[in-house]
Amino acid sequence: MSTLSPSVAWVRDEEAPRLPPPPNMTGIAGWIGANMFPNWYNGVLSVLFLLFIAMVVANLIDWALLKAVFVADDRTACVASPEGACWAYVRAKFAQWIYGFYPIDQRWRVNLAFLLGIGGLIPMLIPRIPYKRETVLYLLFIFPIATLILLTGGHFQFSAATWISVLVSLLIFAAIMLALSFGAGLLARGAALKIVGIVAAVVIAIMIILSVDFGLNPVETSQWGGLLVTLVVAITGIVASLPLGILLALGRRSDMPAVRVFSVVFIEVWRGVPLITVLFMASVMLPLFLPAGVNFDKLLRCLIGVALFSSAYMAEVVRGGLQAIPKGQYEAANALGLTYWQSMGLIILPQALKIVIPGIVNNFISLFKDTTLVSIIGLFDLLGIVQSGFQDPKWASPQTGASGYFAAAVLFWMFCFLMSRYSMFMERRLTTTHRR
Amino acid sequence: MKRELLSVAIGAAASLLVASSAVAGTLDDVKKKGFLQCGVSQGLIGFSVADEQNNWTGLDVDFCRAIASAIFNDPKAVKFTPLSAKERFTALQSGEIDVLSRNTTWTMSRDTSLGLKFAGVMYYDGQGFMVNPAALKQKTGVDVKSAADLNGASVCTQTGTTTELNLADYFRSKNMTYEVVAFEKNEEVLKAYQEGRCDAYTTDQSGLYAEKLKLPDPAAHVVLPEIISKEPLGPLVRQGDDAWFNIVKWTYFALLNAEELGVTQANVEEQKSSTNPEVKRLLGGEGDFGKGVGLENDWVVRIVKGTGNYGEIFERNVGESSNLKIARGKNALWNKGGLQYAPPVR
Amino acid sequence: MSAVTQGQAAPRSSIFNDPKFRSTAIQVLLVLAIGWFAWRIVHNTQINLHNRNISSGFQFLWSTAGFGVNQALISYSETSSYGRALLVGLLNTLLVAGVGILFATLLGFTLGIMRLSRNWLVAKVAEIYVEIVRNIPLLLQIFVWYATVLKPLPAPARAPQIGLPWPGGGFIIMAAVLGGGAWLLRGLYQRTQSVVMRVVATLLLFFAAWTAIGVVREFGLSTINFVPLGIFLSNRGIMFPRPIFGESMWIELAALVVGIVLALGVARWARRRQEQTGQQFPTLWVSLGLILGLPLIVFLTAGAGATFEFPELKGFNFRGGMTLIPEFLALVIALSTYTASFIAEIVRAGIQAVSHGQTEAAHALGVRPGVTLRLVVIPQAMRVIIPPLASQYLNLTKNSSLAVAIGYPDLVAMGGTVLNQTGQAIEIIAIWMVVYLSLSLMTSAFMNWFNSRMRLVER
Repeated sequence: MSTLSPSVAWVRDEEAPRLPPPPNMTGIAGWIGANMFPNWYNGVLSVLFLLFIAMVVANLIDWALLKAVFVADDRTACVASPEGACWAYVRAKFAQWIYGFYPIDQRWRVNLAFLLGIGGLIPMLIPRIPYKRETVLYLLFIFPIATLILLTGGHFQFSAATWISVLVSLLIFAAIMLALSFGAGLLARGAALKIVGIVAAVVIAIMIILSVDFGLNPVETSQWGGLLVTLVVAITGIVASLPLGILLALGRRSDMPAVRVFSVVFIEVWRGVPLITVLFMASVMLPLFLPAGVNFDKLLRCLIGVALFSSAYMAEVVRGGLQAIPKGQYEAANALGLTYWQSMGLIILPQALKIVIPGIVNNFISLFKDTTLVSIIGLFDLLGIVQSGFQDPKWASPQTGASGYFAAAVLFWMFCFLMSRYSMFMERRLTTTHRR
Repeated sequence: MKRELLSVAIGAAASLLVASSAVAGTLDDVKKKGFLQCGVSQGLIGFSVADEQNNWTGLDVDFCRAIASAIFNDPKAVKFTPLSAKERFTALQSGEIDVLSRNTTWTMSRDTSLGLKFAGVMYYDGQGFMVNPAALKQKTGVDVKSAADLNGASVCTQTGTTTELNLADYFRSKNMTYEVVAFEKNEEVLKAYQEGRCDAYTTDQSGLYAEKLKLPDPAAHVVLPEIISKEPLGPLVRQGDDAWFNIVKWTYFALLNAEELGVTQANVEEQKSSTNPEVKRLLGGEGDFGKGVGLENDWVVRIVKGTGNYGEIFERNVGESSNLKIARGKNALWNKGGLQYAPPVR
Repeated sequence: MSAVTQGQAAPRSSIFNDPKFRSTAIQVLLVLAIGWFAWRIVHNTQINLHNRNISSGFQFLWSTAGFGVNQALISYSETSSYGRALLVGLLNTLLVAGVGILFATLLGFTLGIMRLSRNWLVAKVAEIYVEIVRNIPLLLQIFVWYATVLKPLPAPARAPQIGLPWPGGGFIIMAAVLGGGAWLLRGLYQRTQSVVMRVVATLLLFFAAWTAIGVVREFGLSTINFVPLGIFLSNRGIMFPRPIFGESMWIELAALVVGIVLALGVARWARRRQEQTGQQFPTLWVSLGLILGLPLIVFLTAGAGATFEFPELKGFNFRGGMTLIPEFLALVIALSTYTASFIAEIVRAGIQAVSHGQTEAAHALGVRPGVTLRLVVIPQAMRVIIPPLASQYLNLTKNSSLAVAIGYPDLVAMGGTVLNQTGQAIEIIAIWMVVYLSLSLMTSAFMNWFNSRMRLVER
């Protein structure tokens, strides 16, 4: 009937035209459909959340921008706008939040110290920049001493007794090192002399530099405040806790029972108690422990407490790193005949510390947040100074407190958020290099 | 050779042990340092308060300046250490400060069991209450005219002071109930009071007048008439250094004697040539009274030149010419109906 | 290097090369150094205490405290001892920690599950919450919560009474509108893929609900009534009735205990039966019936075991009843919202740690999604979640010591007051340390127990 035979199978020999995906699956509409309205209850939830977000954002804009007072000389404008933020207050107090009661004509010293710190941190934090070892040495030695001199004014007058005790300690150290090399033969003689020489030179140089009069006006620590104190406490805490934490972590994994027990007890005691009791202890109990006539500055006492506290947490972070190193590394180091300190210093710690960089940064974040507690024992850190500013009758208005807290929260949040992002960046970087 | 090294090490360690326990007299220490280290409160208007340039003013501050003037002839040779209520005694005991001039109440236990000594009463104070009567009337319907109307009230106070104990004693003795809300820092107490967490604020009356100034609406708040405790506030020194104690005690007496004899900052130079034997003795024209306490004979001249007499200090910081406007009351001289009385210089 | 080899080439007799001797020597040196250090501290402290006329020892715990406290779970007055004051503080710490842990867990699990939601908005809101809250210092948050809790609360005279919500007449209309709307919406979602249609329909449901409320109001019907409970909320705190236990209380308590024991027995039996026969048993309902029912029967037969003392407004404040002060509220809110942000991350990580193969395997066996979540995913996730969760609980407990900043009388705040009144710094700090250390040791003991138990279940 027809020329076409039905028995011949039809075979497609060219690709069917590609249809565009259904409009519901692509573009913004598709995305919204898949992620916000996939089924009826998620649709209801999405609308509820959208209403919630709209309400929060609208209120926030209203409070922080539309009804806010940006420029004013005192509280009158802020009192007149009781439903808007009083940013004028924040502007008026901002310098104090950064510097505390540091003399105004001396604030350049704080700025310089901030710059010195940033100048060291940037090459330290960016993995691509070389000269890491030099940067670390700068950050661990030159920067703290320069900052100490800049902030306090230097010109420390060490008493004869201090000089004598430092020299005697150096002599003891030299005696131990020499005994180890000459008597016990555990150390090369040249190396021992070199170590003794370097340590003695560094210690004496530091003492001399600290006692030099640079012509800077002395500024007492009771005049420090604001972000300056927050950063001093957090950075000193983390820097001092690093060596202590490494020693404690090694001690906790040591074969020697006395060393292990000591480390475990030390770590668990500090980790078991809240920081605020540690700070109370540093401010009330530490003076009892010292011989009569010896006393520390309040800030220094607090720094000691914070350093001990955070070294326990640091020890646990480092221990995590030590545990993550495969056993083969330890065995290989032993097989090469390396001593304990050689294998730790050259093989294990360099690897372990690299792994725990994100952990250290996270530790720093929580320490940074915890520095706010020093305001309870009467130091004026950022939070302390923000709070004390509320007392100023010149600025008392319904929104002064809220504006101050909000601005302080934003400041803290920016620091912590940036650091946590950095820690995540390092984590990702480190894991990829390991997967290689 | 090993043995030699060992003995060197042991000797060194032993020297470390000894190397830290020689305490000289406080006066010598202060003279050597070149300044007086003075513990004050962290900020109490009229008593000790620092401005943004860290210049300290106030009654307690001026007392330290008076001591510095007596020693160095320079009221500026003082460094101030702001201390919380909790830290103040430890700071003095440990030698961090030389004198504690921080509106501290003289009590028996503090005088006898802390190893400290009170050198005098710079300010006779008493604990009182501050309320906002209009707001209370509106909120609770209670018309508060005296502390006896505070039955059932919430009272804000600072923790770690005698205030807390006096408060408990007062309400117990009157058979009234109350709720105490105790904070660590003064500013938090004031904030809580402002926010309406408490009906009343209690502390020393001088403190109430000072805190009142920090409120946005000082006029609305009233300090109730009752005084529920005796609060003699005075400076303290460490026990066991009588020479230093004498200097601090007699600086205080010198301020009073100067007022009593009419020696003021303005007329002290003229008064030096006064014929009144009492003035002559006071200002070092006669006798060796200054040398007797380890100072120069013109010590009172230095003090009065540096800070003025007691009356001037009072007027300047808390009296009518200040914001606080506190009347002399109990703090007037003994011959003007007050309690301030100094033994004669003789 | 060459010198080292020389040293090792020296006669083997040098005991310094004997590892055993070396480790002993180092340990002896360490012990000596610590001992010397400790002795110096003790010695200095003794001298200092002697100089300051402070007597050491714990005798002060028995002398009269003399100060008041505004929240005490046990009876306390100014004539009580310092020891009792510290006990009041400890109980307040445990109370705030317990309540905080409860709310932190609820909020944290909710947020953690929200972060894994397929709804982008829900996941994003949870993520923003976590990123904001955990990057701001807790102390700042406590202050902010304290200010925001305190400000809007009314004075006692105008304190609203909190009631039990109870559906009113209008509720049925509302429920009908919402239920019908939801049913229609579900049908529409099944029928159309069009995003525009779905969005419009969802908005219509909200509009319908909105109008329904208006209509119900118009007719003067209430949607929700509140049954007064005698609980008041003011800026002096939450006041609620204090139970006064009567004589028959112990019978009711005994009934409760019996109910719990029976419920545990039933649960065990039901589980064994299910393992053997596969038959399920409504364990939950039977247990609830036993635990609540038995005391109820006793209550109905033997009469009320407890009467209540209701708070009454008199002058400045409420009298009678029990009080949870606003500081408590602020602290609980701050602690639980802060800790929840950490718990959310733990929960998310825990659920993500369960291999997707597990879910797929369960689905392949025909297990329904809900049951998969309950019986496959969550038990495995819990193993990852619980250890860090326990340490978050411990953190919350330690963080509750920040109470001192807003004047909540916890252990640290009470200890601080006692320290100021007595000057017994060492004793008070020792008490603090012992209490917090034992809490943390108990937590780690629990964690060890849990880990070993989990391992047993696994094999």
